[in-house]
Amino acid sequence: MEENLLKTCLYDKHVALGALMSPFGGFIMPIQYTNITDEHNAVRHRAGMFDVSHMGEIFVSGPDADKFVNHIFSNDIRGMEDGKILYGMMLYPNGTTVDDLLVYKEFEPNSYLLVVNASNIAKDYEWLCAQKDGYDVTVVNESDNWGQIALQGPEAEKYAVETLGLAKAAELGFYTYYRTEDMIVSRTGYTGEDGFEIYAPHAVINEMWDTLLAAGVAPCGLGCRDTLRFEAGLPLYGHELSDEITPLEAGLGMFAKVKDKEEFIGRDALVEQKQAGLTRKSVGIELQDKAIPRAGYPVEVDGVQVGVVTTGYRSISTDRSVCVALVDKAYTELGTNVEIRIRKKVFPGIVTKRRFYETNYKK
Amino acid sequence: MAKTVEGLYYSESHEWVKVEGNVAVIGITDFAQHAMGDLSYVDMPEVDDELEAGEEFGAVESVKAASDLFTPVTGKVVEINEALEDAPELLNEDAFANWIMKVEMSDPSELEGLMDAAAYEAMCANE
Repeated sequence: MEENLLKTCLYDKHVALGALMSPFGGFIMPIQYTNITDEHNAVRHRAGMFDVSHMGEIFVSGPDADKFVNHIFSNDIRGMEDGKILYGMMLYPNGTTVDDLLVYKEFEPNSYLLVVNASNIAKDYEWLCAQKDGYDVTVVNESDNWGQIALQGPEAEKYAVETLGLAKAAELGFYTYYRTEDMIVSRTGYTGEDGFEIYAPHAVINEMWDTLLAAGVAPCGLGCRDTLRFEAGLPLYGHELSDEITPLEAGLGMFAKVKDKEEFIGRDALVEQKQAGLTRKSVGIELQDKAIPRAGYPVEVDGVQVGVVTTGYRSISTDRSVCVALVDKAYTELGTNVEIRIRKKVFPGIVTKRRFYETNYKK
Repeated sequence: MAKTVEGLYYSESHEWVKVEGNVAVIGITDFAQHAMGDLSYVDMPEVDDELEAGEEFGAVESVKAASDLFTPVTGKVVEINEALEDAPELLNEDAFANWIMKVEMSDPSELEGLMDAAAYEAMCANE
């Protein structure tokens, strides 16, 4: 089992820093270097960097690339300017989710970069190849060639410009990017803070990591990446989204353009689901108690299960026990009283928004 | 490295037991708190709960995960350490000085099935 795990180009750096390493998405990844709370707070208040080289980079190009990407993607890429980025999903015909991803409009016609979840790289690549019949496109999985560092936090811009010398980074708006000869720099992230994701070949990424570390940027593991994205209301595939959950159920309908677009894979199923009415929906739940709701714990009303927790924590930024749960529609109104079963006891909770922390994105 | 204390009994699930007459004072080991990292919550039983040896009686939780606690002895809970409700980090600071619950033992012979410090250290060395 262990020997089948992939290593990112920064693996040796993590080990040298004494990181706690654990399997994630087929890779052996750093969970924490010091502890999750300190790393979480570094990103919220200063700056932190994550090795996210495990993420997948799939390039789509060719005469039909515009049409093809719009066919497999739930968001609307028509009229997308070069250097823009859109978040959305690839869906199965039944409306459930193949993966959630970023689509980068490249700086030449009919050319896109799709950034996908590590655990889904092989599945996504096969899915894309299986859909491209009748489209004149080339799909290339370049995941092995690219490393990636996410530099996140209110001081991220300062470090990008002053430490890495990426002067143009300061000019980037949220969800835009630029390219250099060997680098992609985008104003994106998965923490709820301002920041950048920088894609480059392995040697460049290694050098960048050392430079940022020497400048005092905190190395941060996947442990706090999860607490940060959770507080910011961002979904994680396998939890809030999966091949059993549609974007409508996940409360991500704004990224599935069923009205604007006449066609994309899964659209008909979403239209049908909308017309029939959702039977369940993702909500936030806050507990009064300090007990911590965790993924898989049942949500109950009057002793009857009405849902399940998809992610939960004692929120580091707000010091509240909160979770996201997929709950029967009848119990999804804000303020609804529910209970969460945690081991032998049930704890009262109240339905809230799914975002527990006010995000600080650059406009 | 994780420390142990002589004169205590140890369970395979990383609880320690200190015997005070017919009362078992129970906590988690330094090895356990170290493995969990910073604790943010301790789920404790209620006083008067009747527990069977091997039964789950609560949990300790870090940011990342919950770890169930199992009572090494059968008996009735006579006291819980309420200080842990507001300060779970006490277990990180000193896992042996901060007990979790006290159980009035109904079968003290169960202690014979537990490990001493040396045997427990040897077990941890293999984990």
